[in-house]
Amino acid sequence: MRIPVSWLGTHLQLPEDVTAQQLADAFVRIGLEVEGVHPVGPVTGPLVVARVAEIEELTGFKKPIRFCRVEVGPDGADDSRGIVCGATNFREGDLVVVALPGAVLPGDFKIASRKTYGRISDGMICSARELGLGDEHAGILVLPTGTAGPGDDATELLGLDDSVIELSITPDRGYCFSVRGLARELACALDLPYGDPAAIEVPEADGDAHQVRVEDPVGCRRFVMRRVCEVDPTAPTPWWMRRRLMLAGIRSISLAVDVTNYVMLETGQPLHAFDANLVKGELVVRRAVAGEKLTTLDGVERVLDPDDLVICDDTGPVSLAGTMGGASTEIGSDSTEVLLEAATWEPATIARMVRRHKLPSEAAKRFERGVDPALPPAAAEMAAQLLVRYGDGRFGRGRTDVGEVPAPTPITMPLALPDRVAGVRYERGATARRLGQIGCRMELTTADDGTALVTAIPPSWRPDLTQPADLVEEVLRLEGYDTIPSTLPPAPAGRGLTEAQRRRRAVARALANAGYVEVLPFPFTGPGVWDAFGLPADDVRRRTAKVLNPMEPEKAELTTTLLPGLLEALQRNVARGQRDVALFHIGQVVLPRAQQVPVPDVGVAGRPSDEELASLDAALPRQPTHVAVVLAGNREQAGWWGKGRAASWADAVEAARVVAGTAGVELRVVSGDLAPWHPGRCAELRVGDAPVGHAGELHPKVVEALGLPPRTCAMELDLDLLPLVERRPAPVVSPYPPVLLDIALVLDEGVPVAEVADAVRSGGGALLEDVRLFDVYQSEQLGEGKRSLAFALRFRAPDRTLTVEEATEARDAAVAAASERFGATLRA
Amino acid sequence: MSGANDPYDPKEVAALAPEALQDAVERARAAFAAAADLDALATAKPAHLGERSPLLTARREIGALPPAARSEAGKRVNEARAAIQSAFDERRAALQAERDERVLREEAVDVTLPWDRVPLGARHPVSQLADHVADVFVAMGYEVAEGPELETEWFNFDALNFGKDHPARTMQDTFYVAPKESGLLLRTHTSPVQIRSLLDRDLPVYVVCPGRTFRTDELDATHTPVFHQVEGLAVDKGITMGHLKGTLDAFARAMFGEQSRTRLRPSYFPFTEPSAEVDVWFPEKKGGPGWVEWGGCGMTHPNVLRACGIDPDVYSGFAFGMGLERTLQFRNGIPDMRDMVEGDVRFTLPFGTEA
Repeated sequence: MRIPVSWLGTHLQLPEDVTAQQLADAFVRIGLEVEGVHPVGPVTGPLVVARVAEIEELTGFKKPIRFCRVEVGPDGADDSRGIVCGATNFREGDLVVVALPGAVLPGDFKIASRKTYGRISDGMICSARELGLGDEHAGILVLPTGTAGPGDDATELLGLDDSVIELSITPDRGYCFSVRGLARELACALDLPYGDPAAIEVPEADGDAHQVRVEDPVGCRRFVMRRVCEVDPTAPTPWWMRRRLMLAGIRSISLAVDVTNYVMLETGQPLHAFDANLVKGELVVRRAVAGEKLTTLDGVERVLDPDDLVICDDTGPVSLAGTMGGASTEIGSDSTEVLLEAATWEPATIARMVRRHKLPSEAAKRFERGVDPALPPAAAEMAAQLLVRYGDGRFGRGRTDVGEVPAPTPITMPLALPDRVAGVRYERGATARRLGQIGCRMELTTADDGTALVTAIPPSWRPDLTQPADLVEEVLRLEGYDTIPSTLPPAPAGRGLTEAQRRRRAVARALANAGYVEVLPFPFTGPGVWDAFGLPADDVRRRTAKVLNPMEPEKAELTTTLLPGLLEALQRNVARGQRDVALFHIGQVVLPRAQQVPVPDVGVAGRPSDEELASLDAALPRQPTHVAVVLAGNREQAGWWGKGRAASWADAVEAARVVAGTAGVELRVVSGDLAPWHPGRCAELRVGDAPVGHAGELHPKVVEALGLPPRTCAMELDLDLLPLVERRPAPVVSPYPPVLLDIALVLDEGVPVAEVADAVRSGGGALLEDVRLFDVYQSEQLGEGKRSLAFALRFRAPDRTLTVEEATEARDAAVAAASERFGATLRA
Repeated sequence: MSGANDPYDPKEVAALAPEALQDAVERARAAFAAAADLDALATAKPAHLGERSPLLTARREIGALPPAARSEAGKRVNEARAAIQSAFDERRAALQAERDERVLREEAVDVTLPWDRVPLGARHPVSQLADHVADVFVAMGYEVAEGPELETEWFNFDALNFGKDHPARTMQDTFYVAPKESGLLLRTHTSPVQIRSLLDRDLPVYVVCPGRTFRTDELDATHTPVFHQVEGLAVDKGITMGHLKGTLDAFARAMFGEQSRTRLRPSYFPFTEPSAEVDVWFPEKKGGPGWVEWGGCGMTHPNVLRACGIDPDVYSGFAFGMGLERTLQFRNGIPDMRDMVEGDVRFTLPFGTEA
């Protein structure tokens, strides 16, 4: 909402010396968001009204060029000069604004006499934009005849010493979409006398202005019509009105349309003007019938929805209620009979229509926030008066006024509630004074227990005031938030972070300390990634939740794994010249259920039942927290110490062990086979027998499809599947010396080391403290398909010094277990 | 010593003569001193302290002396031996010290050689900030609450007093989840966690909720469709807007330094009434000390409390929320939001592993 300070000043007694910035600050202090303060102009130097005396069209140029003789002095002064002009929207005899040499226009645009297009141009004929009056630049500014005379100072006429305040209106303050509302706010903020522009005399009605039937009193609360006859369709909009519209950012169309816009800005009541001659019969307000069509003023044919509210005549819908008028009854260049509509529409209906038809019009913007239902008669009267006066028309007979203004509901609250909410002792009477200022009618009473109460009846323009908290806010904001003290609440002793929260932090820190860099990629992905991953058509990871309005159409799916985002970040780093990259991400993934449960309709009047809450949560996909890493290039850097070591599947598994180790969970690794991993280099990660994730090298085809560095590796596991270890076991540490024995087992190379180690561990019994693989060896002597696994075994007894004999016996048992399960033989 | 006028007639034993012993000591000293290193010293040792050294040879001769002279001769030999031993020990200590010093000298390295075989990684600054904020509030007695990112409209809007067709719903630029009318969306703020906390926990509730949020903003220098918020909520008996202000001031001091403070400007949010924007003032602001828009806050709307089954006549509360990316941007002077989104390791590494 853009509003010139001069306009605000017509309803307020502003102090002489008040600046636009001070007004803007006052707005901010009471809760209106100021987007900017824009001074009009500024223009210095000679700027005069001129009459175009003669136009000479110059030919031979790429665009139309005119050489104009303009009179810049009073009639008969013979003070004319020649000016070259590229605009064509004016005729001989028009009044224009001319900047004479020496003038400086906004943007430090200096006007001088100069030779151009073969002529001497002695000044400039200005457009509204060049004068800093608005964005209109379709042509030069032509003033209505009679506005001023040639030679008059234009700076004062144009009001170039004004400023425009641009405000962003929050959804609860619909009344602030008007000069009426904004001036009232300033009056409250600065304690100034205020005159309500809508408080005009509305004469008694003499019958209906037009026959109207409201079939939907829910959608249409009030419908008022007034008629103006014999309007001169060529009558121009007066300059003062054009100027205000221009500064407010609204284009001048015709007198009738400009008047409706002007009254809307002034009062907040949107109006619609019909050409009465084009309206066929009675007007009916009703919901649309499915499939009905209406061509709106913007020339778009709209297919209507049964929820749309329309105004119909005998031919069908002629207007989309509160949103946009129809083309068939539009005011045209020859319209003389004007039917003015001022109605009150239900905000929710209008909000749905705006969204459905994507029509955020100025009218709809106000209606969806709520418009004062007391306004329609005054607004229609004001518009009629302006049309009669400036369009040389006459008032039509009567006024239609269908519907009723609902009485506002009184709100009762303790008089001291604002003090209690703010934690402030306000000056005596502050609450009543502030509520009165915003237009409430009040009654002070005393409750049975002696509490002083206030009952406030909100003014008709404040539909947002429905309960005590709303009144409290009014008092607090007008008294100023800067009076609120700074104290701390007596918070109870908390329990600190939960186990899961501490674990997530520890995991993140451990991975960072292990060389991984945390990234926070977006969760959006698409089927292209799943194809590149080589996921089968029925892979559960393709079952995704989809965003209806994605930023990028090909990334409408919410990812079921953290890998796509991580790999994209990896690619970006590599593309930017990084060779050795190790990244991690901890985040939620979205795993839709096989059968989507619909969201139940749950109210907000009180706490939902446990069943309702359960069904709300059942409607959500599972969203476990995953942790994942990707790495490429060298895991250990090359340096003066020697060569680097390329990242491998083993590093990915190691990352999983870092996670599990930090979580205090024992991770089992078994051979896995899952896209997008390399089928021979994929580890399935388990806790007990439950799979929790995978790690290894990516499939070469995946690497190729995604353009990743060769041998890129990845790990992902579901952190929520790792059991929380609340109390870690305290081991009994034996003070007795260990016995160290090595074994080398020869067995089939297909037998996983982890299983051999498990067998050795179980065979070794209680005395076997540690098993560590220290060598893997293959040779011709061992035979094809065989390998030797060398383990270092550490034996120890808890209560005595172990003898070599005892240890040897345990070792033999360990070897025997491996032999029995895998046919392992002891290597000589 | 035996003299010429000794009443006894000692048998002359040349090796035990004081001169001879003295000579042996002198020769040993010379030999040890001549040993250039510990090996040479070891080589020289047997000749002077070994079985066949002159001294031990001499000791064996003591028996040949008359009893009266034995004691004195023995004493002389022992003294000589002690002298030689001490000469040896001294020399050995000197040579060992010399050797140790040489070894250390030889083992010296250039300690400026870089060793970054596996360089440290880093945590994302947004995660670090989220943890830091959580710590600040945990220290004030709050607990950290969390919730799902894909939410029902009920939690994200309805329960937060967004009317079904109220324009405030469209202000949030929501990502909706298919199918149309599914009632599901990506949470536009962390406020649904307020509702979850009020429904799940016993009163009073003091929680802080960091988390990822979503709005359909094009990615540019100051916007990102996926960002992080942190939200605080306190619902208790007698909570005032002064408590909100005090909490925000404490939060600001923890984030921006002891001198910083906050300012409230009236505003509108459906879930708070009264509502306010929070500005923060801090001395280290880029471009000089000044105010920056930080977040939104207000007193929990009675309708929100009602939707959670809490009597607004008995309990009151406050809530506030800030964007973490935005906070980092103006606190740490990060000009471009995209740096926090793209995952370039050169951006993240300098933030280290812990704030």
